[in-house]
Amino acid sequence: MRVQLFDLCHGRSGDKGDTANVGIIVRRPEYYAFVQEYVTAERVKTYFGNMVEGTVERFELPNLGALNFLLHQALGGGGTRSLKNDAQGKTLAAALLRMELEIPDTVKLDRSTGSKHGQ
Amino acid sequence: MSQGADIVVTGRTTDTGLTLAPMIHEFGWHADAWDKLAAGTVAGHILECGGQASGGNFLGDWRSVPDLDRIGFPIAEASPDGTIVITKHEGSGGLVSSATVKEQLLYEIGDPRTYITPDCIADFTTIQVADIARDRVRVDGVKGRPATDSYKVSMAYLDGYTAFGTLTYSWPEAVAKAQAADAILRKRLKAAGLQFEEIRTELLGHSSSHGHHSLASPNQDEVVLRIGVRAKDPAAVERFGREIAPLILTGPPTVTGFAGGRPKPSEVISYWPALIPKSAVRPIVQILES
Repeated sequence: MRVQLFDLCHGRSGDKGDTANVGIIVRRPEYYAFVQEYVTAERVKTYFGNMVEGTVERFELPNLGALNFLLHQALGGGGTRSLKNDAQGKTLAAALLRMELEIPDTVKLDRSTGSKHGQ
Repeated sequence: MSQGADIVVTGRTTDTGLTLAPMIHEFGWHADAWDKLAAGTVAGHILECGGQASGGNFLGDWRSVPDLDRIGFPIAEASPDGTIVITKHEGSGGLVSSATVKEQLLYEIGDPRTYITPDCIADFTTIQVADIARDRVRVDGVKGRPATDSYKVSMAYLDGYTAFGTLTYSWPEAVAKAQAADAILRKRLKAAGLQFEEIRTELLGHSSSHGHHSLASPNQDEVVLRIGVRAKDPAAVERFGREIAPLILTGPPTVTGFAGGRPKPSEVISYWPALIPKSAVRPIVQILES
């Protein structure tokens, strides 16, 4: 079935100068393999197109079920130089989570974040 | 702190150091106890953005977070072995879960294996996070490596001027009108012979955040035109500010939202990070009153 990355992950993004970091975290441990395989640095670079002028780096954090992407030259110069409304890349995690991917029909979707102690 | 300081005033220091320092003091951690220093540093990273670890800005499931109007800020309960429990005050709003803590762990990091502070290098790929009770999350397993031999220097310098103008266009054809107004403004700036390093136009409510991935419609009800300019010459930026208001009377119709007055130039402060050898810096502690 075709799902949105947001069905499988949540995340947060922010800035370091003109580089945005986008961290995504799987909602259930069994999603990690699909996300790790599909959401490569190359796909993320292609996905963002001209929104990211520089390269995209990917780092894996399997202990957190997470991937961290660095989007270089993505913030219009960063800091107070940037003319972008989202000069800190705060919405870029959500932008990435709009990506679509194919996963097996047998995978159970659950958009909660799985904390058994949560409210 | 061992001399009984009530308040420690410092110059530029790391956010994480504010959390790590009391642990070093309380537990007597040695300067080369890298795993423990890394654990305290990770605790500091979780706390350094306040409510972002306790349910604020939580993309995982924002509707599940109760009472954000009285959010409890995160607390790190530290143990001598470096185990940390993240929690918040009983009865406060917000949510502390493994998901809220993980989002904050990933916030504004680079290579997760090498989170560098002046105190140590923390390896974020070793952190274990577990829900242990409602609003209680255990963070342990953190591995650290020796600190580098340099400090970070943050330099800032004046780098020109910016200004931003915004106008709101309503139905009908809100988007087309905003785009037409942008074209008019750009022609006028060009005709005036002004030099800008950059002119950037965004349509808020349309595509400014997610660009070509937005579900933007040309028929939407309203849109905010936001134009920013940057130039070395403040006079060019000042002139740009004078060109916004005329668009209301001489540009496309159904325009409003210009109550804030003429956009004023602001200084651009650019950032120049660098490294300096630790051997070239001598920290001094001064006791003002004992």
